[in-house]
Amino acid sequence: MIRWYVLRRLVQVVPTVIGIVLVAFVLVHIAPGDPVMALAGEHGDAAYYAFMRHRFGLDQPVPRQMLTFLTRMLTGDFGFSYVQGRSTLLVIRERIPATALLGATSLLIAVAVSVPLGAIAAQRPETGRDTAISSVALALFSAPAFWLAQMAILCFALVVRVFPVQGMTTAGTDRTGAAHILDVARHLALPALVLAAQEIAVLVRLTRSGLIDELGRDHIRTARAKGVAELSVLTRHAFPRALVPALTVVGTRIGHLIAGAAVVEVVFGWPGLGRLLMTALQTRDTPILLGLFIVVSTSVVVVNLVTDLVHATIDPRVRLG
Amino acid sequence: MRPSTLASDSAELAPTRTVPLPLLRRSALASVLSRPSGRVGLALLILTLALAFVAPIFVRRDPFALTGAALSPPTMLHPMGTDALGRDVWSGVVHGGRASLLIATAVVIVAVACGGTVGLVAGYRGGLTDDALSRGTELFQVMPRLFLVAMVIALFGPGVDRLVLTLGLTSWPVLARVVRSEVLATRTVEFVLAAEALGAPRPYIARRVLLPNILPSLLVMVGLLFGQVLLTEASLGFLGLGDPNTLSWGLLVGESQGFLRTAWWLAVFPGLAITIAILACNLLADALSSALGGR
Repeated sequence: MIRWYVLRRLVQVVPTVIGIVLVAFVLVHIAPGDPVMALAGEHGDAAYYAFMRHRFGLDQPVPRQMLTFLTRMLTGDFGFSYVQGRSTLLVIRERIPATALLGATSLLIAVAVSVPLGAIAAQRPETGRDTAISSVALALFSAPAFWLAQMAILCFALVVRVFPVQGMTTAGTDRTGAAHILDVARHLALPALVLAAQEIAVLVRLTRSGLIDELGRDHIRTARAKGVAELSVLTRHAFPRALVPALTVVGTRIGHLIAGAAVVEVVFGWPGLGRLLMTALQTRDTPILLGLFIVVSTSVVVVNLVTDLVHATIDPRVRLG
Repeated sequence: MRPSTLASDSAELAPTRTVPLPLLRRSALASVLSRPSGRVGLALLILTLALAFVAPIFVRRDPFALTGAALSPPTMLHPMGTDALGRDVWSGVVHGGRASLLIATAVVIVAVACGGTVGLVAGYRGGLTDDALSRGTELFQVMPRLFLVAMVIALFGPGVDRLVLTLGLTSWPVLARVVRSEVLATRTVEFVLAAEALGAPRPYIARRVLLPNILPSLLVMVGLLFGQVLLTEASLGFLGLGDPNTLSWGLLVGESQGFLRTAWWLAVFPGLAITIAILACNLLADALSSALGGR
């Protein structure tokens, strides 16, 4: 059964990825401006224009151009960055580790903080503790990431000077080994916390509502009746089922996480995909923007797929349909 | 669960309704207002609307006019300080709200039109139509909004129209999925079956029987979406992806980043306005959702 589910999900991914590339193609195709004019200049004669048009395949019928575009995008050939003159894929690949580090750290922080908080809130719903936790979660959910980032800088880095405000390493130093890791960690702290804030807000709410549902069920009452310790009731009997929706949402929020990381990176000068997006925008570096769009959407699709497969492994109801 | 359903579908928290609808309609407002989150939310909403639509009548000062010393901290004359060109931040916050709220409203209208239709048709027709529409919904859901907007702005230049379209066309999947699952839950209820047995045409059933019943949960999602869109609009403005000719809250915070070390007031006040507006939406959606029996 699980094999069929895996197969079905894999097949579903194909049209989605093709659809993403086609959306990009349509956008590039209907964008104002004639690419030949940009390539050949405004003062060429008709023959030269026709030559350039032929050379870059622009005289081909649209479906054919679409197919060429599709194969190029799917093989990771996004062309050369206008500004850096290097392969777009290389430029993007250089930036992925920084964003991945930031995203993964904040996700870890979010899970580590929100599961206990959600559990505390679910223990006695609608009481003071629950209200306090839920209100803070809602407030965090409502504050824009860039604003939280700015406020964090104002509080921690400029007034209380605990953490550095900018970049990934201290400028002008060349540390290696443990000193380097420690330096990066110090720079990572604030951006990761800010990025984690919104995920914490979402996960606390999910954990709380999932646990409240679960704690009302019969098997929990049985466990309590036979004298299982409350902590064990929570972790051994309630968590496994209550946390499944939270897991799925972690997967589906990967897109939000990358977008949030982009904003946070800009505020903190973190050298990841978000910074790349900003510089590419300022210089109108279309190949980079195109490559970023395709790479980020595809990673969202892949993460969603992995989440679904993990979900199906844990929860037979999903794969049995 | 239907075979075509993704695992992630089950994570969408459509509010389960326990209150019968006629009762709900009479007391919905009262029920929302009986909760602290509803009262605070409504108060914040009124505050936001007053700030964006009433205050501009009294704050006559042109937000683009150079009215004082550059980067002056908050004073009696400039309660929120001035920016690098000596423009008053308070009139910027007051006049910028309208654009932000109107953009968000337009985006939500586009999203409800698309998402409502797709969800209703997919849920009610089922079968192949449902499969095809669900794939399309998924396609638009995975597209990273920020990176898509960046590409659109780079190719077509900045502007409110393309901002609204891009945000609208990437916001509807959540609505479509909630509407679809609500329709799936309602279509086998007796009064729908009764309408079918009486020979009512399907479009009529979809519009007059199903739609009114999914409206409450749609409203909750619209509230959440409105807050989300405000957040996205502000983030885009912050990144310089908004329309540089339209004064909005996002534009104001975008200008603040370069002066964070020297002029905290540029970042604090516009961001606070945005947060209050978003909080109002989320609180009201929350109160409505629990009034409907969800959690």
